[in-house]
Amino acid sequence: MQQTEYSPGDIRIPAPVLEPGHDYRSVTDKLVSIVLTKNTPLAWFVATAIGFFFLMGLMVAITYLLLKGIGIWGNNVPVGWAFDIINFVWWIGIGHAGTLISAILLLFKQDWRTSINRFAEAMTLFAVLCAALFPLIHTGRPWLAIYWLFPYPNVMGIWPNFRSPLIWDVFAVSTYGSVSAIFWATGLIPDFATFRDKAKLPVLKKVFGMLAMGWRGSARHWHRYENAYLILAGLSTPLVLSVHTVVSFDFAVAVLPGWHATIFPPYFVAGAIYAGFAMVLTLMIPLRKLYHLEDMITMRHIENMAKVMLVTGLVVVYGYMSEAFFGWYSGSEYERFMLKNRVYYGPMAWSYWLLMLCNFIVPQLMWSKKMRHNTLVVFTVCMFINVGMWLERFVIIVTSLHRDFLPSSWEMYYPTFWDFTTLFGTIGLFVTLIFVFVRLLPMISIFEVRMLVPGAEPLPPSDEEPL
Amino acid sequence: MSSHTPATPGVYGLMAEFDTPAALLEATRKVTDAGFTRTDAFSPFPIHGLSAALNFHERKVAPIILIGGLTGLAAGWGLEYWTQVIDFPMNIGGRPYNAWVSFIPPAFELTILFAAFSAVIGMLALNGLPQPYHPVFNVPRFERASQDGFFLVIEAADPRFDLDKTKAFLAALRPREVTVVDE
Repeated sequence: MQQTEYSPGDIRIPAPVLEPGHDYRSVTDKLVSIVLTKNTPLAWFVATAIGFFFLMGLMVAITYLLLKGIGIWGNNVPVGWAFDIINFVWWIGIGHAGTLISAILLLFKQDWRTSINRFAEAMTLFAVLCAALFPLIHTGRPWLAIYWLFPYPNVMGIWPNFRSPLIWDVFAVSTYGSVSAIFWATGLIPDFATFRDKAKLPVLKKVFGMLAMGWRGSARHWHRYENAYLILAGLSTPLVLSVHTVVSFDFAVAVLPGWHATIFPPYFVAGAIYAGFAMVLTLMIPLRKLYHLEDMITMRHIENMAKVMLVTGLVVVYGYMSEAFFGWYSGSEYERFMLKNRVYYGPMAWSYWLLMLCNFIVPQLMWSKKMRHNTLVVFTVCMFINVGMWLERFVIIVTSLHRDFLPSSWEMYYPTFWDFTTLFGTIGLFVTLIFVFVRLLPMISIFEVRMLVPGAEPLPPSDEEPL
Repeated sequence: MSSHTPATPGVYGLMAEFDTPAALLEATRKVTDAGFTRTDAFSPFPIHGLSAALNFHERKVAPIILIGGLTGLAAGWGLEYWTQVIDFPMNIGGRPYNAWVSFIPPAFELTILFAAFSAVIGMLALNGLPQPYHPVFNVPRFERASQDGFFLVIEAADPRFDLDKTKAFLAALRPREVTVVDE
């Protein structure tokens, strides 16, 4: 972004990615002091306690599920897939923003990714964790799921069917979780070294010393580190696009009207990024205030994320339009019925219009710069999107299933108390993990923020060596 | 540590501290130009051009990742082919046993998985990490290398190393201070 393009005082001048006045020392001290302190803010305890409460609800729900089986959920015939897969797709989608920020924006050399990538990667990891819970527990007997899900050599000598998108999903999600975890851990190594050198308590010094693995900031080490990190970003980019594509195949490969559409892969990927950015903002806006990080997570970050949300939101709306067009243009009676049932005369039509409100109408506020600069408005829009993206999966999954080809098998779907306990329980798990992470590890990549300090780049970028 | 200068037993080398990345980069270039080869520079974040100033142009990480990725591809494809075609062929929906189009997504995911792990493990192995002990940590000021300090080290193992002369040479580069690093 060339600030020189605009005359001083021009409203279009972007906010800086790091407020002026910081040096290497102040950046380091500020970010280290969030973790290496005895003062935990009261708000942290309150938020963690709320998260923990719902997490305990999840424990109860899973225990009851294992005792009774999945009959405690509202799933029925024909709605054999309901909250379990809705929540799975919702969570895995939320994770996508982390990889987009850390990998794709790195490849595009976007310096504003620097102060949000660590947090977004952690969010990815925890969201994937929440998502991965559902394929496990929806089997009702997770101890058997090992050979249903993975190619595990068992006494029956049978293998999963690799021609099915469901097994592709297992590979995609487990790879995604593993790669996100090592990408995140690799980014943490230099910051662990900072913690090792800053910690006063001998125990902490030892723990962080082990985690830092003897990192000493040698130029040769940085050289290889940067090579590996850049290639990891290059590997994560096709990976993240493949994950939600494979998730969408779970539906698109089926013959069910409402699922069987070629628009699904791009539409799901855009929806994933949309949901993920909304979740990053949902968490970042309060945390930035709580830890007084306004100088590192500036209005530039908020505004850019709001813009990404607006664009991906419009791609998602294009997906809704295409779905409707496909239904009409197919000429198939079943497709047209599905569409009409979903949009106006079905018993679940309310969910479609609520979805339109959340994902299409409300986010249009983000066109206005004034609105993008009001964190309360951005936060509210993000809450609408969080709900909207959940509803999107509800609409796709439940309204397509509950009235399928045979009217004799039509059935209404009603979620039960346990469905909601499980959904809110995973939100509790997510919130708990996020707050524990913020308390124990640097939520902003310290060494990368140092690179934003003026003077950190003595050479012009053209002098960089090729890989 | 093959050849030590006899005059300096117990000394790992000399360390000079600088205040800015630009000063470190400048000093590193001068040290390399002066013919020193057993040198290293330390900074709290990657400084572009610093490894080149040390005459370090290694490109081993990328080939390791390529090998890892190809191994993953072979493993994924091999798993699918062996389970679906050789060990337990099943006719599912009349699709061929070797349904290679359907085999692409898992093989792709395993390619990425293996490549990513070889990137991290390869990088750490080439860097010799984890490494519990290193002489540079004997210098108390060195804890700034992970915060706001920029350091340059000439090892005693360097053929041109001479405690007094090298110390004078480093002092001429206008560092904050020059310290002897104990082994």
